[in-house]
Amino acid sequence: MNTATLPISTIDHPEEARPVITIEHVYKSFGTNTVLKDFCMTVEKGENVVVLGRSGVGKSVLIKCIIGLMKADEGSVILLDKDINGLDHEEMDKMRARVGFLFQSNALYDSMTVRKNLEFPLRRHWIETTREEMDAMVLEALENVGLAHTVDMMPEELSGGMKKRIALARTLILKPEIILYDEPTTGLDPVTGKEISMLIMDVQAKYHTSSIIISHDMHCVKRTAGRIVLLMDGRNYCTGTYEELSRSDDPVVKQFFE
Amino acid sequence: MVFPAKIRQFLGVTGQLSRFAGRFFKEGSKPRYEVAELFRQCYLIGNRSLPLVGLTGFIMGLVLTMQLRPSLVDYGVESQLPAMVGIAIVREIGPVITALIFAGKIGSSIGAELGSMKVTEQIDAMEVSGTNPFKYLVVTRVAAATLMLPVLVVLSDGISLMGAYLGVNIRGVTSFTLFYRQVIDNLSFGDILPAFVKTFLFGLAVGIIGCYKGYNSSKGTEGVGRAANSSVVLSSIVIFIIDLIVVQVTDLIGLN
Repeated sequence: MNTATLPISTIDHPEEARPVITIEHVYKSFGTNTVLKDFCMTVEKGENVVVLGRSGVGKSVLIKCIIGLMKADEGSVILLDKDINGLDHEEMDKMRARVGFLFQSNALYDSMTVRKNLEFPLRRHWIETTREEMDAMVLEALENVGLAHTVDMMPEELSGGMKKRIALARTLILKPEIILYDEPTTGLDPVTGKEISMLIMDVQAKYHTSSIIISHDMHCVKRTAGRIVLLMDGRNYCTGTYEELSRSDDPVVKQFFE
Repeated sequence: MVFPAKIRQFLGVTGQLSRFAGRFFKEGSKPRYEVAELFRQCYLIGNRSLPLVGLTGFIMGLVLTMQLRPSLVDYGVESQLPAMVGIAIVREIGPVITALIFAGKIGSSIGAELGSMKVTEQIDAMEVSGTNPFKYLVVTRVAAATLMLPVLVVLSDGISLMGAYLGVNIRGVTSFTLFYRQVIDNLSFGDILPAFVKTFLFGLAVGIIGCYKGYNSSKGTEGVGRAANSSVVLSSIVIFIIDLIVVQVTDLIGLN
């Protein structure tokens, strides 16, 4: 099946599913370099969508536009039924409590212990908890990633895979409805990469999250993708399941699956 | 009229720094106030700088006294040594040298810290965590630098005078009481107030420049190093410019 010819509007949505993320005709440029050109995609509730594409095509820019770290030049990003362009700072902060973001570089605060790193989003979103409740939430998040023993360690004492897990634990602590993963397995060895991919699936199964996963690691893509969106030349080039795209005759699509 | 590239670059940086400073006042005046982080930064900035400022202050007072003595002896006014050293330290040398050390120690550290946070996406992570990173990182650091430098200058001046007292007694005998009475009696309101006011401006400049360079550092470790280095260089130049302006203004309003 050559899905490259499918227009975006033909993506089938089950009756009960509703899009939690709708990106419509988004444009984003940096100077004369237009990264996203009329980009459209949707993510249904409970769905894992992998955005696949070559390095530098604008995958990370796309998810930064979704979370509001960058502003799209044109088009709309509708997140949990709200257009983020219309949200003020306070509303955006509330929205961000419902959307987790796993950074490519983990972005752990290196001056804080693991515990403080995990408590930070709780404190900043003014979630009212007692000390005991906060400790329990931190421990639960760490147990989810199998690293409860690292609670009082500093980020510099952790390996790359452990940092990734801690970053995921920090993302999970607010129990977000959507998680955006920016290249979650980049820089990790294949075994640790596989563990992180499995963890992404475990998180989805446990918390019923919807996710966008930016990746060009095909092992991770195969394990985590409910659906794949191929980003090419700033556009949604094609979309389909891993099996559909891996059978595609389109040379652009084939190069990712060879 | 087309300006040369260097002038355009200078004007561009000046404009961006001014906008950054404007944003500091705007964001700093709006709630929510990051009081806990401000106190933490005050402690870190003050505590980190105190040993170095104290040591250099002591040496500065000692050396200045030893260097001045022969000239005063030649003119037969050796007895004026404590007064001269006191005025020099309080009016000019204490604030400027302390501010330059502060720029080297704290300006570079702020530039490198924020630059590194920017490169490793920690600033973005804060924003995603519902934090205004400008308010949390920049406003608190600039405010702490502005508040802490005057405190450090007062301490440095005190320690410098201790060094000066030692210097006076290397080649003579002067009691502690006499030394301090001579220093205090020869200091006027016009010596202390402008010197104290300019330390706030020095602290503000070091904080703003360090944060600006770190917050806007380019990607990569090279960018972090450049942010740290350029924040020290620019802060040092700006300290001298502020000093020059304050001296002129002080002169104009008759406080000299």
